[in-house]
Amino acid sequence: MGTIKLKTKFKKGVVNIKALINHPMETGLRKDKKTGEKVPAHFIQEVTVEANGKMVLEAAWNSSVSKKPYLSFAYKGKSGDKVKLSWKDNKGETDETESTVK
Amino acid sequence: MKRRAFIKGTVVAGLASGAVSLTPSAFAEWAKENFEAKDLDSALEGIKAKNAEQSDKVKIKAPEIAENGMVVPITVTSEIEGTTKISVVISENPTPLVAVYTFGEGAVPAVKNRVKMGKSSDVIAIVNAGDKIYTNKVTVKVTKGGCGG
Repeated sequence: MGTIKLKTKFKKGVVNIKALINHPMETGLRKDKKTGEKVPAHFIQEVTVEANGKMVLEAAWNSSVSKKPYLSFAYKGKSGDKVKLSWKDNKGETDETESTVK
Repeated sequence: MKRRAFIKGTVVAGLASGAVSLTPSAFAEWAKENFEAKDLDSALEGIKAKNAEQSDKVKIKAPEIAENGMVVPITVTSEIEGTTKISVVISENPTPLVAVYTFGEGAVPAVKNRVKMGKSSDVIAIVNAGDKIYTNKVTVKVTKGGCGG
């Protein structure tokens, strides 16, 4: 599917993680301009980031996170760590990607 | 491929329900009631933050004026030792609770994300550290709202 852009970089003892996910993050409140009907809610609810198989961040999101969600944080790690990011939305769709820290 | 995904999903669900036996789903952290709470009071009550202690060690970086409420960048940093969770609440949004971040071992308790804001509003950050809960807030003025039509 390839919805995730994941960047990982080691600097001064921490691994910086930046992720951009291609997802509409529909609130369910927005109306389609042509039909006048509400666009059903469709948004990511859970994002999990693991480093070498251990959870470093779990995000629980509401539909009020902006579309094409961006997420950035850091953890104490090292070059060579395997970072995996996965998401799941309210329709049960999922995606994941992995990156080796430089 | 579908079958494999299904099996994997089942295993994950099994593990998760073993770890947190009170919650039935694999993605147990998504607290539906809290996220669907329609006013600030019930949103704060849901995450047990109604009596949170105000702290300047909870830092919020947000624009003073957001021209586009669809995309408001917000960074929350906790300088409180033992921080395990950061939550973001927008007081005037239709559903105020925006995000709950749970940090694993070694994670730096700071997170940057982008949120929608319906109108000018308080951006409230809640920090869980040990059994204590801290909070801080800033006001963001929105000139063009980001919720609904």
